Amino acid sequence: MSALLEAAGLETAIVPPPIVRAGALRRLRSNPGVVIGALILALVLVIGIAAPLLTPLDPAQINPSYRNKRPGAEATLRNDDGTRRTVTHWMGTDSLGRDIYARVVYGARASLIVGLSVAIISVAAGLLIGLVSGYVRWIDAIAMRVMDGLMAIPAILLAIALVSLSSAGLVTVIVAIVIPEIPRVVRLVRSVVLSVREEPYVEAAISVGTSTPVLLVRHVLPNTIPPLIVQATYIAAFAILVEAILSFLGVGIPPDTPTWGNIMAEGRTLFRVFPHNILFPGVFLALTVLAVNMLGDGLRDTLDPRMEKRL
Amino acid sequence: MRKLAVALPAGADRPYAVRNVNFTVNRSEIVCLVGESGSGKSVIAHTTMGLLPQGLAATDGEILLSGENLLRVREARLRQLRCTQMSMIFQEPMTALNPVMRCGDQIDEVLATHTGLDAAARRRKVLDVIRDVRLPEAERMIASYPHQLSGGQRQRIMIAMALVLEPALLIADEPTTALDVTTQAQILALIRDLQREHGMGVLFITHDFGVVAEIADRVAVLRQGELVEMGPTEALLSNPQHTYTKMLIASVPSLTPKRRDVVTASIVLSTVGLSKTYKQRRWFARDNRDVAAATEVSIEIRRGETVGIVGESGSGKSTVARCIARLIEPSAGRIVIGDTDFASISRVQLRALRRKVQIVFQDPYRSLNPRRTVGEAIIEGPMNYGASRDHALARSRKLMELVRMDPTAIDRYPHQFSGGQRQRICIARALAMEPDLLIADEAVSALDVSVQAQVLALLDEIRKRLDLAMLFITHDLRVAAQVCDRVAVMAHGRVVEYGLVTDVFANPQNAYTQALVAAAPGRNWNFAAGVPITTTS
Repeated sequence: MSALLEAAGLETAIVPPPIVRAGALRRLRSNPGVVIGALILALVLVIGIAAPLLTPLDPAQINPSYRNKRPGAEATLRNDDGTRRTVTHWMGTDSLGRDIYARVVYGARASLIVGLSVAIISVAAGLLIGLVSGYVRWIDAIAMRVMDGLMAIPAILLAIALVSLSSAGLVTVIVAIVIPEIPRVVRLVRSVVLSVREEPYVEAAISVGTSTPVLLVRHVLPNTIPPLIVQATYIAAFAILVEAILSFLGVGIPPDTPTWGNIMAEGRTLFRVFPHNILFPGVFLALTVLAVNMLGDGLRDTLDPRMEKRL
Repeated sequence: MRKLAVALPAGADRPYAVRNVNFTVNRSEIVCLVGESGSGKSVIAHTTMGLLPQGLAATDGEILLSGENLLRVREARLRQLRCTQMSMIFQEPMTALNPVMRCGDQIDEVLATHTGLDAAARRRKVLDVIRDVRLPEAERMIASYPHQLSGGQRQRIMIAMALVLEPALLIADEPTTALDVTTQAQILALIRDLQREHGMGVLFITHDFGVVAEIADRVAVLRQGELVEMGPTEALLSNPQHTYTKMLIASVPSLTPKRRDVVTASIVLSTVGLSKTYKQRRWFARDNRDVAAATEVSIEIRRGETVGIVGESGSGKSTVARCIARLIEPSAGRIVIGDTDFASISRVQLRALRRKVQIVFQDPYRSLNPRRTVGEAIIEGPMNYGASRDHALARSRKLMELVRMDPTAIDRYPHQFSGGQRQRICIARALAMEPDLLIADEAVSALDVSVQAQVLALLDEIRKRLDLAMLFITHDLRVAAQVCDRVAVMAHGRVVEYGLVTDVFANPQNAYTQALVAAAPGRNWNFAAGVPITTTS
């Protein structure tokens, strides 16, 4: 028969042709959502990091003589050594005379820290719980009921409760947003694990004697990464929004710390007369959340096309 | 009905999905379109029906259905022609039927679209056609949802739907591939009968030469989108002209088992009363439904021997294999390997002994982790048992040579290999563990017939060279006949017949085995000699 096989042009020893894989990075770069989202996000990141370079003013400095100035108003400030200088309030001042531009620029820090840390903490915790509960049957039954319970807690109520128990602050806000997010990540990871554990290559790994922890990390975990990256961006966008809401309601970060939510909360009472108080932080907030979501959608389309219909 | 050149651009691995294909299907004849996967046979069927996916389009040639060029007519006319002039039945009857519609309504939909009959007349016609495809209890059938029917019944419903308007041409795209062999025999007989009764032309697409021998009047062989040979069935099978056809036909495993020496070496594995019962624990129901997947299975495998387990889907053959590999826990019985009872040892002991039993799975596309290189897959096992990376890598190169692959390919990823190559890699991975027993769970079922022949030859050679015991799970009697020394025939979780393959195939004792052997497609044709077999039973 082998003579026949060769006659028909089929070799017995076969060398496959090298296939050049279209890099994930290149595919990402050709997705407009990813590019625009990443650019806006990078800009916000730079603003947050370089805030002291972008404004000479202290965002917490109160100036009673320049309260409620419109955007572009000029003010004369006295330096520590007694000399005077003139500054322009590009976005006006609030009812305590604080420079809104400085507050918005510094406010980017709070939003980015909250968004990033909530995404990282909830994904890390959710990944761990999801992997274990997806693979170990008896843990699954217990863990998922706990997760159902957690999911029933609204972030805002939890934040109010936590603030009344301890003090309002960045950590409290992050904890309050992370806890209800964890179950969502757990469910996602668990569903991937449940389908991957039935794959023959997982069974093959079991039958060559791979231990369960190694099996989970080596063969199961990599499958959860693409949907998790996507999920993390949505969580970050959600966390930025919720932080703003909490600060706006006065149960988030203390009002003297500049965050977009705090600036808007402060400007709420005089919104009709001085809309810039809410307008500028609002625009930044909307743009940032939009950028994160665009990045997330783009990542989803390139990394995990099947999820398009699921979310 | 005439058909002419069809050419399609694919833009993928070759410029044409199908190129310069000429053939005709006459009234009252069955033409089989045979080819391996990727040969373009389904593309031809879909072009004819006007069901090509976006991105594919016919660029040249014409398809003439009763003189009308299907490539030129508009979508509306095509819709008129479908079902009335040409119909198609698909491979997978579960997904081809709408799961949320009653079967009767689905057939009725065809009539409502294409005829002006009133509801009562349509219902009469639906019942008629249901009886026509030999389905019992027509009233119950039309009231059933697809999931309530068996695979064979669903395929009959599909056929009924296709035939209700008596089209001139029936296109059958691998209609029996997803079915068990006994059901397949029934459906093939049904198609043959209906074709004679209605005088239709049938374009039957298949990869299975057994089916070809069974049903075809004429055969067309496709290879990579080109028609290599066409002729009357008997002439083509007995005297193929093209080397490719010759190779394909020579690759078809014979149903007649090879004469083999009885193996008398030491026993590697024996199972005693092996059972697996799935318990459905339900909280609020009084009765707990237990499903017995395998009951009292007792087999023995000796060193250097291949034992086959054959059976239809759901017969429990895979359950037995997975119990022996301890991928699932058996509920009762013993699995004796060497002198340990594999079924009762603890997890810790099991890890130490796992290497003795290795398994090769059915689906070559899913049994390798797509994110890890071939080399990593092969060395994973030995490294679990303390081998150094360098040593394991050196051995994996040797194993790659053993399975006739390029040893330098271990740095590549699974997606760079074809199905047959991947299956070779899986064999290498199993052999890296130096097992006593190799389980092949439908290991060649997903492969094309020429590749299948190569992998079977490789398995047989390795068994001889390493003096391995092999447990071969398959639904394909032809494959079993070629590789096995002894076979166990399973039905409903029980071994109904167990003995030397020559005895079981030539002279089956059990009624079920007899039915199974009788249902094997193309059993009356000797592919190696190219002559019909005159049965002497």
